[in-house]
Amino acid sequence: MTTGLPPSLAANPRLSTWLAPHPDGTFDLRVGKVELGQGIVTALTQIATQELGLRAGAVRPVAANTEISPDEGVTAGSLSVTFSGAAVRRASAEVRLLFLRAAAARSGVSPDEITFSDGTFAAPGGRPYGYGDLVDNVDLDIEAGDEALAVAFLPIGEATSMSRVDLPDKIFGRPRFIHDLTFDEMLHARIVRPPGMGAHLLGAPVDEVAGLPGVEHIVRDHDFLAVLATREGLADRAAARLAAGATWTDTEPLPDSSRLPDWIRSQETESSPIRKDGAVHGTGSTTMSRTYSKPFVAHGSIAPSCGIARFAGGRLEVWSHSQGIFPLRAATARALGLEVEDVIVQHVEGAGCYGHNSADDAAFDAALIATHVPGRHVRVQWSRADELRWEPFGPAMIGDVTATVGDNGRVSDWTYDASGNGHTARPGYAPAHGLLSDAHRAGVDRVPPAIDPPPARGYGSARNAEPTYDFARMDITTHRLLAMPIRSSALRSLGAHLNVFALESFMDEIAEATGQDPLAFRLAHLTDPRARDVLTTVAEAAGWGSPTAEGVGRGISYSRYKNRGSYCAVIAEVEAEEAVHVTRLTIAVDVGRVVNDDGVRNQIEGGAIQSTSWSLLEQVAFDRSRITSTDWEAYPILRFSDAPRVDVHIVSRPDEPPLGAGEATQGPVPGAIANAIHDAIGVRVRNLPFTPANVVAAIDEA
Amino acid sequence: MPETTQLNVNGRTREVEVPPETSVLEVLRNDLGLTSPKFGCGLGLCGACTVLLDGRPTYACDTPIEYVGTAEIETLEGLGTEDAPHPLQTAFLDLQAGQCGYCVSGILMNAAAFLRANPRPTRDEVAAALDRNLCRCGTQQRFIDAVLLAAERSG
Ligand code: FES
Ligand code: FES
Repeated sequence: MTTGLPPSLAANPRLSTWLAPHPDGTFDLRVGKVELGQGIVTALTQIATQELGLRAGAVRPVAANTEISPDEGVTAGSLSVTFSGAAVRRASAEVRLLFLRAAAARSGVSPDEITFSDGTFAAPGGRPYGYGDLVDNVDLDIEAGDEALAVAFLPIGEATSMSRVDLPDKIFGRPRFIHDLTFDEMLHARIVRPPGMGAHLLGAPVDEVAGLPGVEHIVRDHDFLAVLATREGLADRAAARLAAGATWTDTEPLPDSSRLPDWIRSQETESSPIRKDGAVHGTGSTTMSRTYSKPFVAHGSIAPSCGIARFAGGRLEVWSHSQGIFPLRAATARALGLEVEDVIVQHVEGAGCYGHNSADDAAFDAALIATHVPGRHVRVQWSRADELRWEPFGPAMIGDVTATVGDNGRVSDWTYDASGNGHTARPGYAPAHGLLSDAHRAGVDRVPPAIDPPPARGYGSARNAEPTYDFARMDITTHRLLAMPIRSSALRSLGAHLNVFALESFMDEIAEATGQDPLAFRLAHLTDPRARDVLTTVAEAAGWGSPTAEGVGRGISYSRYKNRGSYCAVIAEVEAEEAVHVTRLTIAVDVGRVVNDDGVRNQIEGGAIQSTSWSLLEQVAFDRSRITSTDWEAYPILRFSDAPRVDVHIVSRPDEPPLGAGEATQGPVPGAIANAIHDAIGVRVRNLPFTPANVVAAIDEA
Repeated sequence: MPETTQLNVNGRTREVEVPPETSVLEVLRNDLGLTSPKFGCGLGLCGACTVLLDGRPTYACDTPIEYVGTAEIETLEGLGTEDAPHPLQTAFLDLQAGQCGYCVSGILMNAAAFLRANPRPTRDEVAAALDRNLCRCGTQQRFIDAVLLAAERSG
């Protein structure tokens, strides 16, 4: 391994893995990161295009595949542009220099005499060579990191915005999504799920359904039940008949959804100290304690999950919109008793993915069923109800915080405890039964409890649990539940959603209790100039301190994602009458060097509007035996008329490394909205979401 | 039992042999290869499957083909092409309106019908019209801006 290579390139050092040149001077770019609707493939294509010195369109991204793509793990955590981007840039620079060497050899001069401009290499007065002219003279089947290349990057111009490579297909209605993929003689499968976890299948009208039109096969394996038919509609009808006639044992009991914080407190947990300075409380002029909470929240992709598979000759091919095709391949092989080399996973775009949803489960469903009908392509599409009932949710959490403020009005001591289920249950997180149907066919009562990612991956429950403010002493602890009656895993920003909401609400409460302006109070605890800049930028843009209209409240909030990623400050304006309405979000972000300006704006706008939806409306509903919020009426999300105006201000840092933007707003938005609600109506709402019921409960408690 | 049904789709007569209760969405996607309308919920609650039936935005997922009769079905494939784009498609590209884009087809069809009836809408009118569609990626602001831009340019 060569030192100094970006980690992703060091792990996949063959240049030919990344870039394949064509005689017409264009390149194929292969990355291990996948398009989730966030525009990452466009950003990486832009980096390669710029570093190869080519024009837009000359580099074509190829969808990731476990056979040919670099293994870059999971596409998550707002890390893609930082890590994959560094690898792509370095690989592209080395490729350019190898072509420059070849041009020198063809011209009979030394490499330092070659000049490169506008995609061509030329010796003084000699003929210019394009990449296409030199394809046969360059062997990219070598490892990156040849010291003799003396890699120098091309100067990066102004942040440009290459157009999204995938949008034209979507705007002109061309097939692009996994849902649009079709194969000859493909069978359509539908899964008949148990009513809830722990319900075991007693019987089903298998013989009757086998005789229905179009039905080709029924798969029953313990609690896993699926039907295959020649047409989608026929598969739907057969599945409905099977479901209507199936009998199951009772489910494992679910917690009381109206008392989630009590349930969390009653559970056995594993505690992890994140930081321990020995905070002391009760000694300053003010000591305050508060508790904040969030419910279970759904990913709720607008498309249900889909997977396609074919098993033939001992080899399994899988098509999936997974976030991590390599971990999915390993987990699938293990569950089905196949060699990893005999499983191929091809990524195909799905609808927007905001964390670990049921994409992997659907891929495994297809794989499992395909082993029962060798040679046939099997397409599984989940129902909307199954998607909203069985996807792994963002876990419910509570945050208990105590702060002591000195006579100088500064926080001296801070204690924070975050509790809830872990934040990752991705394929491979547990030795077995992590994939939903693998649990069902094993007949287990519950899936293994989710874990938390390690500090190097930015934590899970502890993500942003530690304030980035300058407090003298902080004690931070997380408590991960050891049982998981409601399946949970990674949802955009993980623990940062609740932790930042709690921290930023509490900062406002302390400022109010000690008679300080919320902005000035935050700035008094921040020495990092980049943090201060986003706060002062947002304050100026939103007119902080100016009077608001009658009935309108304004609130501010800030965080640095993962304490080492993007900086983000938000000012929300709300009207709170019958319901809370967020009219405007003004956002300042510092994402380091901006690779694609419009891509960053699009991600920030989208993240902010989605987080507004979480904040105002979203909570998974369940009774004591099953999830009940199984359609868009029972699980409402924000509609067009309720979407706030979002103004994004980017604080430019061309000399800093690029940081991801995708999750920066998730925590600050509920903080800013909560603080704005207080400004509007004088009530502190500490339990998400800010539904009329929770606002009224907060008024009653006050 | 499959029956032969004639449908008018994007200005052409198409014939399919499918059970009459089959949804318009399934026929368009799986029998006619027009995959622009998407399955999102199957319940008429998200708008991903929106097509136009005689110009009216309609949820194709819960409309059986036996109800269509001679009505003209319009899908995104018939709205415009890269060479001859509809003004909405141009505006969506110019503003890069879309994240995952799964909702885009239904939104474009709904917006196309809306602009025919209301060529100079206000922002609130556009938002209210698009309330038939859900977008989970939070692209609402760009979609509204793009519809307004298309209206302005056509004005
Ligand atoms: S798929 Fe038709 S409305 Fe949702
Ligand atoms: S852009 Fe993804 S659902 Fe709208």
